Amino acid sequence: MNKLYIFLKYFFIVVWTVFVVAPFLWALTTSFKDFQSVNGGVTYIPWVDFEPNLEGWKVLIKSPAKGGVDIIEPYFNSLFVTCTASLISIILGTLSAYALSRYTFKAGFVKNNDITFFFISQRIMPPIVLSIPFFLFLSSINLLDSLTGLIVVYIVLLMPIAVWIMVDFFNKVPREIDETALIDGCNPYQAFIKVVLPNSIPGLIVAGMFCIIFGWIDFFFAFILTFTEVQLLPVKIVALNSSVTPWWSLSASALVSVAPLIIVAFIVERYLSKGNLSGAIK
Amino acid sequence: MNFKHKYFFLFPGLFVLIGILIFPIIFVVRLSLSGWNSYNPGLDYIGLENYIRLFTDDPRFWESFFRLSFLSVTTVILQYVIGFALAHMVWKDIKFKRFFRVLFLVPMMTTPVIMTVIWRTFFHESLGPVNDLLSVFGVAPKWLTDPVIAKFTVIIVEVWQWTPFMFLLLLAGLLSLPKEPFLAAAIDGASPVRKFIYVTFPLMAPISIGAIIIRLIEASKIMDTVYVLTSGGPGTSTETSSFYIFIKGLREFQMGYAASMSFTYLIIMIISLTIIAKVLTKVLLKE
Repeated sequence: MNKLYIFLKYFFIVVWTVFVVAPFLWALTTSFKDFQSVNGGVTYIPWVDFEPNLEGWKVLIKSPAKGGVDIIEPYFNSLFVTCTASLISIILGTLSAYALSRYTFKAGFVKNNDITFFFISQRIMPPIVLSIPFFLFLSSINLLDSLTGLIVVYIVLLMPIAVWIMVDFFNKVPREIDETALIDGCNPYQAFIKVVLPNSIPGLIVAGMFCIIFGWIDFFFAFILTFTEVQLLPVKIVALNSSVTPWWSLSASALVSVAPLIIVAFIVERYLSKGNLSGAIK
Repeated sequence: MNFKHKYFFLFPGLFVLIGILIFPIIFVVRLSLSGWNSYNPGLDYIGLENYIRLFTDDPRFWESFFRLSFLSVTTVILQYVIGFALAHMVWKDIKFKRFFRVLFLVPMMTTPVIMTVIWRTFFHESLGPVNDLLSVFGVAPKWLTDPVIAKFTVIIVEVWQWTPFMFLLLLAGLLSLPKEPFLAAAIDGASPVRKFIYVTFPLMAPISIGAIIIRLIEASKIMDTVYVLTSGGPGTSTETSSFYIFIKGLREFQMGYAASMSFTYLIIMIISLTIIAKVLTKVLLKE
């Protein structure tokens, strides 16, 4: 019984590992192929099935005039938009989360939980519902097809995540910390900045990672709200897909776009192992 | 504590969110009462005409909605079962625990559309590895062009992409469970299966409900994957609500009609998610 269980366990883990890794391996080998080895039948192993070459990777850094795909600018656009929107969301979200965790609010029938729910419920909003008014709204204030416009939209996407994680986190930071600081003569802002924030770094990191993930992987808004002036990475790569489909450069660019977030996976796992994701401190 | 300061903490975030959102939401409602399209762009008032058209004369919207329900419920159930299994396996000590944890998280860190582009080559009917390997058995499923199989392709890709998120939430839950119930079960000499049924699973019920609801919310937005993988095809066989609204609104520029669909869709989503949350709470927390 026990042996069977262990066998099944490792069997399942191996099967899932293969499933997770398969598309990455396929993309990695494809990125070294050329026209012949893609279209002449399916090939797997470099040097055995096909002769690898670096064409797929070289076009990434060539200028578009020379037939390159130029993903460097979209790459930095994506980084800039994701990081700026995440930072703003974290700052605003953390402040609101702190207020919701420490003070009581009451306006008619609206209480703390309702306000928290209002923040989090913005995730329920299907992007398509917002896309049409955002499209018309941004075009009326000339922010369509601009980085600023995208950042504004991404704040709506990311702030709920920041509030969700930080409210939960602050609820588990002992109140005594702030109270001691207040007794020692800090005003509430000093107490927040000097005492509460330094004790909340794990929560801030987890919230930051989630914001970065959900900002980086968005395609929909970038697709609808930008055209030619500003391009984000996912839109650029999907545009590659529609044309003649050079699978090698497609695969190479996909791998390049995925790479930075692998680091995020390590950071998330680290804080998960320490039990910090569920907000525990000490 | 001091009460004057609380508003300074709360309001920046709240007002920024309301400020960005209030216009779109009011605007969607107003737009849905207009006949805005590419011939006649403007906020005229045509009453409930769009809604009447939607409820009486547009089976395609309702088909896309039921398709979406099918896809999201199926994927979320699969993600929950697989995610729970994986989380349970790497929860206690196994070899290379951290390696597997990171590995199982990786798919959710990748941009869905970009991975879908890779999946498209992966499932390519003549040049992709899947059909090449399956040709050993003499079968060659039409992954992207058969109306029935295409749905399963979408499900496979969604499961690959989002099981890690379920895994993450459930593993975080498992790691935060108290130790005492497990000690008690061990003293009673409970078998692993009984331990799971009577200790682990009930303790995880609240976290499970949260995780399932969060994933259902996200899954109901399926759109990127479908757009890149099949463009809703073949025919309309993988078209989801979001995708149909996108076609009507931003391809055919029937803004008014698309807005009425968006608003209806939003209301249905809120109602059905509330019902699902209530039912799940009842079923899972009863024991």
